[in-house]
Amino acid sequence: MQTPLLLEIAADACPDRLALGGKDGGYDFESYRARASQVAAWLTGKGKVNTGFLGMNGNVLPVLLFASGMAGTSFIPLNYRLVDADLNKLVARTAPCTIIVDDDMIQRINHADGVELIARSEFEAMFMSGSAPEKIDLPEADNDIAVLLFTSGTTGEPKAAVLRHANLTSYVMSTVEFLGADEEEAGLISVPPYHIAGISAILTAAYGGRRIVYLPAFTAEDWVATAAAESITHAMVVPTMLDRILDILDKTGEKLPSLRALSYGGGKMPEQVITRALKLLPHVDFVNAYGLTETSSTIALLGAEDHRVAFTSSDPDIRRRITSVGQPLPTIELEIRREDGTICEPGEKGEIYVRGDQVSGEYLNKKVTTADGWFPTNDAGWLDEGGYLFVDGRLDDVIVRGGENISPGEIEDMLRSFDDIADCAVLGIPCDEWGEKVVAVIVSRSGKPDTDSISVAMRDKLRSTKTPEQWFQRDALPYNETGKLLRRVLKDELAKETKDA
Amino acid sequence: MNLKPGSRWKSAVCDSQIVVVRPPKAEGELQCGGANVLPLDDPAKPTGDINPDFAEGVLIGKRYVDEESGLEVLGAKAGKGSLAFNGVPMTIKGAKPLPASD
Repeated sequence: MQTPLLLEIAADACPDRLALGGKDGGYDFESYRARASQVAAWLTGKGKVNTGFLGMNGNVLPVLLFASGMAGTSFIPLNYRLVDADLNKLVARTAPCTIIVDDDMIQRINHADGVELIARSEFEAMFMSGSAPEKIDLPEADNDIAVLLFTSGTTGEPKAAVLRHANLTSYVMSTVEFLGADEEEAGLISVPPYHIAGISAILTAAYGGRRIVYLPAFTAEDWVATAAAESITHAMVVPTMLDRILDILDKTGEKLPSLRALSYGGGKMPEQVITRALKLLPHVDFVNAYGLTETSSTIALLGAEDHRVAFTSSDPDIRRRITSVGQPLPTIELEIRREDGTICEPGEKGEIYVRGDQVSGEYLNKKVTTADGWFPTNDAGWLDEGGYLFVDGRLDDVIVRGGENISPGEIEDMLRSFDDIADCAVLGIPCDEWGEKVVAVIVSRSGKPDTDSISVAMRDKLRSTKTPEQWFQRDALPYNETGKLLRRVLKDELAKETKDA
Repeated sequence: MNLKPGSRWKSAVCDSQIVVVRPPKAEGELQCGGANVLPLDDPAKPTGDINPDFAEGVLIGKRYVDEESGLEVLGAKAGKGSLAFNGVPMTIKGAKPLPASD
């Protein structure tokens, strides 16, 4: 099944329902589909295998995604935050490709064979302005690959993750009820176009019949103002965004009465932030979603009821589920495996493996699933007795100190429980004696952290090998815009600092 | 009848429209209201009577399955006839919707 069908059947069933953009001047489903079909006919005329997008969020993105599918091309959203040299390497890899580029980014791109650049303003004048055009009926495309997403490439050259139409439609149809949204519902999208959540949000909203509104780029002020003005009911945010949104709500007293559900994911949510969110927005259902690009987005969920139960429980085993990602979707099989491939007991940490129709586990020219379809996520995690999944970071981040595997997550959680520590990261840096040693990078609220007494308190609760041997202070830690801590950046800095010292 | 995933069909006797989500493991006929369905782009208008044994209706957004063959379809437009595969009534798949996560 092809992804454009999701829009087709929604547009057939409710052509007049608002689908994209503001309450005033937005497109209805019929106009959405008709514009996508016009773009598809134009793309078909260009005869390129791929369709790219390099630009800020906006209505161009969903129209282009569906148009690409209708035209039988693979859609490739590119990360405009990359430095020019890296961005140009990726642009060259998309050939043959038609790329729609924001006008102020176009001068960043060098000529590449087989790549045609179209300025966004030109594209918008052709397809996005004026009243709804006629729908063009195109023959059904038979290209399997819907989307190629470049991974962030923290461990080498970015890989192009392959998402097939079958993966994405399976995800949408197994998690969303067709036209399950009522007419008042509106989702606010602030994740960038090149993130899997930005792609899946377009597909689930179309099939669910929910209007979507874009923030061109995230700022907490804009987010709160747009959510209030557009009576936003649903939104997805990453942890760093939520923390800043709560600051604005605190400052302005805005209550966001229309907001019904807020999902979060894309990084570990500090318990303090979610606790504060539950208090500030008591009428909102919180959902924690865990997923990867290679799994077409969400594979496990901690739902609203789980949040409430955990939040009010006096049983520490239930209470700590607020830091879990909930239970796997009913259509996903999930196992925690030891290094030798055997399955872990509840409470025992290992690597998270998943299997299901939505799981691609595939890069261009490289399938990484096992022969029987299991995808090793490279994430460390464990299940509790009730089947709740706790994710403990990337396996690559595990510190190996004198042969002992130490995962930073547990130590970071402990550090965050100290009032003076606003943010922290625990890393392993090379050391002659142990191979790697455990170091902590902290952001102190007072500016004068008492690391001696923190060390003593930690040694009491964790093993001494897990107590940081060296401490560094920063004003802030480096994150990418989707809330992922840039461990490698920190690690490189520290390796240099400790060497110089 | 080539019931491939994503293929779209309409009832010959009522307003129902259907999308195939999962194909059947073996060849067979998808029926609505007691009559074989037609491809969506077939120009024929619904005509004739709905067989009273297959008159429970198709609901929009509901999924219908035939356990035996694995065939699964989605109701894309409501109608009065009900679905069957090779004469065996299809059943509604009871799936609890999940909270929105993206």
